[in-house]
Amino acid sequence: MIDARAGAPADRRFRRFGRARDVTRRLARHQAGMIGFGIIVLFLVASLTAPILRPYDAARDRHLLQRLEPPSVHHWFGTDELGRDVFTRVWYGGRVSLRVAVVAVAAAAVLGTALGLVAGLAGGWTDTVLVWLADILLAFPGILLAIAIVATLGANLTNALLAISITHVPRYFRIIRSVVLSLRESEFVQSARALGSSPYRVALVHVLPNSLSPLIVQLTLSVGVAILEIASLGFLGLGAQPPTPEWGLMIKAGYRQFLNAPWLSIFPGFAIYLSVLGFNLLGDAVRDVFDPRLGGR
Amino acid sequence: MTAYVLRRILGLIPVLLGVSFLVFSINRIIPSDPAYALLGEKGNAAAQQALARELGLDKPLFLNRAAFRSTHRVAALFDSQYVDYMGQLLTGNLGKSFFSRSPVIRSLLARFPATFELTVVAMLIATLIGIPLGVLAALRRGTWVDTALLVFALSGVSFPIFWFAIILIYAFSVHLGWLPPAGRLNVTDNLVPITGLYVLDALLRGQWGTALDALRHLILPGLALGSHAMALIVRMTRSSMLDVLKQDYVRTAASKGLRRPVVVAKHALRNALLPITTVVGLSFGSLLSGAILIETIFTWPGIGSWLYDAISQRDYPVIQGGVLFVAFLFVVLNMLIDLSYTLIDPRIRYA
Repeated sequence: MIDARAGAPADRRFRRFGRARDVTRRLARHQAGMIGFGIIVLFLVASLTAPILRPYDAARDRHLLQRLEPPSVHHWFGTDELGRDVFTRVWYGGRVSLRVAVVAVAAAAVLGTALGLVAGLAGGWTDTVLVWLADILLAFPGILLAIAIVATLGANLTNALLAISITHVPRYFRIIRSVVLSLRESEFVQSARALGSSPYRVALVHVLPNSLSPLIVQLTLSVGVAILEIASLGFLGLGAQPPTPEWGLMIKAGYRQFLNAPWLSIFPGFAIYLSVLGFNLLGDAVRDVFDPRLGGR
Repeated sequence: MTAYVLRRILGLIPVLLGVSFLVFSINRIIPSDPAYALLGEKGNAAAQQALARELGLDKPLFLNRAAFRSTHRVAALFDSQYVDYMGQLLTGNLGKSFFSRSPVIRSLLARFPATFELTVVAMLIATLIGIPLGVLAALRRGTWVDTALLVFALSGVSFPIFWFAIILIYAFSVHLGWLPPAGRLNVTDNLVPITGLYVLDALLRGQWGTALDALRHLILPGLALGSHAMALIVRMTRSSMLDVLKQDYVRTAASKGLRRPVVVAKHALRNALLPITTVVGLSFGSLLSGAILIETIFTWPGIGSWLYDAISQRDYPVIQGGVLFVAFLFVVLNMLIDLSYTLIDPRIRYA
């Protein structure tokens, strides 16, 4: 297995390829992980094909004669108080949530990784200050900081994305920094430095590739978390604004009419649940595969 | 030990300073001028200026260089909005609500017991159900029971709690009629609060029926709020138990002929508790921010629903004060949990 080969003085590039193939193969055999992967692919394909299969304009979509109809053959998920087809809106909601979640997480990962590399390699005052800043951001539990930011900047989807992204930065910062600290004194980093590699080269060529597995695990799980956070902000009125078909916002609008039209909030909620479950299943599987010692945690 | 506790408390200061600085900065990037917001349409320029002077909003944000140049006193340099704000914070002054005009700290303290009671019940539900389920999953590792519990646990962190809350209300209040859908007490209950924790208050006053009613009101919001933490606890208990069950001392205890329940409870679970405590502690934070969503749905009169109202009204002093309060609480809680490790695990002795 990987560990047996890791000690051998093999060609590094060969080893990395071997490992990537090994990981992919084991992931493909991971049943729960593949179910999660399937769910994610389903949501991605649905989001990408939506404009082709079912053109939709959120602002103009009103059929006042078909208000609050329960689920039927024509309207699979029923219609809302403006006669809009809930199925179409849930379908388009995936485009909003996935896009915002992926962009927010990707931006946080890039910034957090860069800062983590800087803090870990520079050490000293730079490290102390960056760790302090991360601790400050982590002092706000859950979406509290995002709420404070959006409530002040103004409620819209862009600010929600920005706020969620900021709250995710310290997680990546911490992961990467701890990897750097564990590698900084290792022989291959020391020898690279002794041979005169610049700090950038050490960071990008020697340290970053070794941080990839915790990074990928965190990325997968974070997208799920971000989808939940966007929905929460939407539910609080701090995310997407009407008439955007956003899942959290749809639940907010639907829950006032829960007694006579439960389908308005049940289906968007189920879409959130399913998509987040997909990312969590895949994230767990990726973690199992990258770190076999954890064995099914 | 004492030195360690003192060091941890001192270590909080830079983080708390940073938190208050961040909240202050967010506060000052409000697009609208607070003096204008307070006076509304009726205020003229002169009145706005007078109010800004009264509130100290005419001073510079951080360093008052102009005052320093004119007086040449170092103290004048710190005659700024930030220093004023910190001075107010130290005396527990979080400003006044734009709308009710009442001090933020007073509403905060009045509403905190409700949130505290809800959070504690949510955590109790999460641990009392989560730990046994996690132990069960570990003991039945690899069977369908284990798989079912893992799916349950993964689902628990995958759905939005506000959605779960709505479904709970529909199932248990509307459909079955077993539990109340909102509030802390029935209108017929007559309780004069002592601590603000209604179950405790009713017990102290000997009103058993009222205590039971307060408890019934806590079940649905507690379950909804605690669902996420419960799922995390199931997962953590399972993996922690699996680690511990492999240890030599567990095998020794079993081979001594001790009964299985004794081995599991006394030898395994006690040693598996440390990582579980970490999850419980970290979950308190998610409960505090989740309370904003859950209290709104259950019209629970705590700081969560109060913050939600403030958000919808753009009541900035309330939002900033509430956020600051919750963050401070979270930081202090985390420290207490860190300190509690020394009590649970005697091997950890901080010098």
